[in-house]
Amino acid sequence: MTAGAGARPVVLRVAEVTRRFGDLLANDAITFDLHQGEVVALLGENGAGKTTLMNILFGHYTADAGTVEVFGRPLPPGQPRAALEAGVGMVHQHFTLAENLTVLENIVLGTESLWRPLARQAAARARVERLSRDFGLAVHPDARVGALSVGERQRVEILKALYRDARILILDEPTAVLTPQEAEALFATLRAMVAQGLSVIFISHKMHEVLAISNRVLVLRHGRLVGERATAETGAQELARLMVGADIALPEPRAHSPGAVLLRLSGVKTEPRGRTAGLRGLDLALRAGQITGLAGVSGNGQAALAAVIAGLDAPVEGTLEIAGQVPAAWSPRAAIHAGIGRIPEDRHAEGTIADFTLTENAMLERMAEPPFARAGLIDWAAARRFAERVIADYDVRCPGPDAPIRLLSGGNMQKLILGRALEFGPRIILANQPVRGLDIGAVAYVQRRLIAARDAGAAILLISEDLDEIQAMSDVIHVISEGRLSPPFARGEKTAHELGQWMAGHGFEGADAA
Amino acid sequence: MRLEPIPNPTLGRRLGPPAAALGVTVLFAMALAWVAGADPLAVLGLIVKGAVGSKFALLETLNRATPLIFTGLAVAVAFRAKLWNIGAEAQLYLGAVVTVLLGTGALSWPAPALLPVLGLAAALAGALTLLGPAWAKTRLGVDEVVTTLLLNFIVLLFVSYLLEGPMKDPMGMGWPKSRRLIAEARLPRIVEGLRLHWGFALALIAAVLVWLVQTRTTFGYAMRAVGHNARAARFAGIPVTSVTLATALLSGSLAGLAGFSEVAGLKGNLTLDLSPGFGYTGIIVAMLALLHPLGVVVAALFVAGIFVGADSMSRAAEVPSYIADMLLASALLLVVLALPFTRFRLRWR
Repeated sequence: MTAGAGARPVVLRVAEVTRRFGDLLANDAITFDLHQGEVVALLGENGAGKTTLMNILFGHYTADAGTVEVFGRPLPPGQPRAALEAGVGMVHQHFTLAENLTVLENIVLGTESLWRPLARQAAARARVERLSRDFGLAVHPDARVGALSVGERQRVEILKALYRDARILILDEPTAVLTPQEAEALFATLRAMVAQGLSVIFISHKMHEVLAISNRVLVLRHGRLVGERATAETGAQELARLMVGADIALPEPRAHSPGAVLLRLSGVKTEPRGRTAGLRGLDLALRAGQITGLAGVSGNGQAALAAVIAGLDAPVEGTLEIAGQVPAAWSPRAAIHAGIGRIPEDRHAEGTIADFTLTENAMLERMAEPPFARAGLIDWAAARRFAERVIADYDVRCPGPDAPIRLLSGGNMQKLILGRALEFGPRIILANQPVRGLDIGAVAYVQRRLIAARDAGAAILLISEDLDEIQAMSDVIHVISEGRLSPPFARGEKTAHELGQWMAGHGFEGADAA
Repeated sequence: MRLEPIPNPTLGRRLGPPAAALGVTVLFAMALAWVAGADPLAVLGLIVKGAVGSKFALLETLNRATPLIFTGLAVAVAFRAKLWNIGAEAQLYLGAVVTVLLGTGALSWPAPALLPVLGLAAALAGALTLLGPAWAKTRLGVDEVVTTLLLNFIVLLFVSYLLEGPMKDPMGMGWPKSRRLIAEARLPRIVEGLRLHWGFALALIAAVLVWLVQTRTTFGYAMRAVGHNARAARFAGIPVTSVTLATALLSGSLAGLAGFSEVAGLKGNLTLDLSPGFGYTGIIVAMLALLHPLGVVVAALFVAGIFVGADSMSRAAEVPSYIADMLLASALLLVVLALPFTRFRLRWR
């Protein structure tokens, strides 16, 4: 493929692009070409420098050194407008759409004259409809963006770029929020685009997607381009090795016989919050020695379910039982004392206090009780000993127990949270997105620890938007959609495709647990 | 140009920028003196001399620092928990009102019994003054900056009414002032013959106690946790609402004690000029101290010294004593401006 692509004209040339953040070399002399009509995948772990590179291409950052040429002309640094005019379009991980406007208004926004904003409505509409037909981007131009699904919003973002005559489209982790079916539709769109001579840069850390869609793969590690392969000539194994720099095997849990139900939710309802769904009469049983995976598209009630189990919310209706008992009062403290180890979704906003030391963060959930405190007085020596034990046992790389936790990487922060939860031997573990954003070494570590806890008899609820992770880790899988729960599926009972249909909301009406 | 974080700032790095800011403030003060037509170095010398140059000056500075330590602590405690108490002025005045109500003969006990009761009552009055805005914040989401600030004016007008009406001294020749405290209700001097009362010692003890509470107790830990990240605190099982209300009680009682100390230690009665803005100056003190309780003592002495020194200087050099206000205002602005540089480095790229 490399040879074939070489014959086509180069549309984008990145030469020796370097960017530093303090001591961190985010991009180190990166050089590559993008040809007309090809999909280049940019593969790398979190923190490898993918997003920095794309932000330089699009003019959000300026490079310390190096140049970017688009269609043979150098791109002035630091000007997103120049990038747009040169034909570079970008679809960010987090969409930049106005929810109270319609699809058409969002697409046209910023391209029309400020004085006569509605002058060319009809022409604009015709153009959007043609683009959406040509590239299979089905979305109604008059629908309000606030009412659209995540997949549809992404289509609007792509249409927005195409409407501005983008010839080069950069997609940053586009499948992270999609169901497998939506991802398939996106790939079909991308294929239609390259067939018409557009070029695509596809940023991802998911191997199978990269192999499915790209012509060429660039692998970034620690800011450097460590490999370039024609997709047809490489495989998942080699790419993983390039990405990580070593062979790291993710743990594969062996089957395990489940025990008694430790946590049971029956008919639990909660109020919806903003755009995220509440629970609509949900039944769930977590068994000892079993990992229950919760798959679903973000915003379908995962947060509400996690809040109930973590003790932040009490059910409006329905009951929660811990080992057959309905707790008298339900609060975060009650949950901790009921033996629930909690790993929150957002380790920065909810799991840790950035300006507190590791010691203070380690004792956070039990700061008012022995061994950390007696009669309202804190025993700092005991707290420090506990922190030192967690740091040693859970391999937390840090300057020491007295350093503020904001100095730690996400992975090490997560290990501290994991350690502080597991160290007290929880019977039930709520693991909400436990490995999101971690590098693969930390992923393997956290997953091994969770499996070990399961083997020791803990009942684990694993919530993730990454279906691969759910399928690899779970003994039983539920799918959550709009606050409802699918029946439990045993490991391997459903394919990713079938789970994807449940994630999209199919199968819930009138479908009994057959 | 960009800011670059410094991972682990050294002590020098943390203290250097604020110290430099204070240095610039001194230069600014000298420039002001020059504009006013005086010799800058002489003015500076007169301020220092007026603040600490004699036994009398020093004692005056310590007396002036006493209410500032209390209000500075009140603000520091509250701000640390992200409770924006701008109402120390009101809490101080209501503390003073209660001291006068109980100390002018309503309770005729011997001093060792009466003084603690007066102090506790004043603290309680200050605490309850802040409890209302704190409750409205936690229950109704009402911004406490607005409520505590506006309460200052309401309370001051209320005190004005009391001094013109129910609490007016019948022997006061018509002046709006209260009756004088009975002798048992007066805070004695620390050393006989020196014009320094026990309120100063009480303020120092309060600073040490607040420091111990913040660093050694679970309540102090909870207050800091709520201030730094209320969401994480709630997730970890810390009752954020109760902690906020308890913080309000502590902060309000410290400001209430300032009123008690001023009336029982210095003035002996209540007038409308009991506080020349001690509640507001407490905010400056707390910010200059970087919200550290022991730092509050140092900052209060610094601020008091500038006020006392500038007063004395203006008598000698005929430079307006407003220079003190400008000095403090610029000190605060410059220190706040300097703070980011304790954690960030400026890079010109």
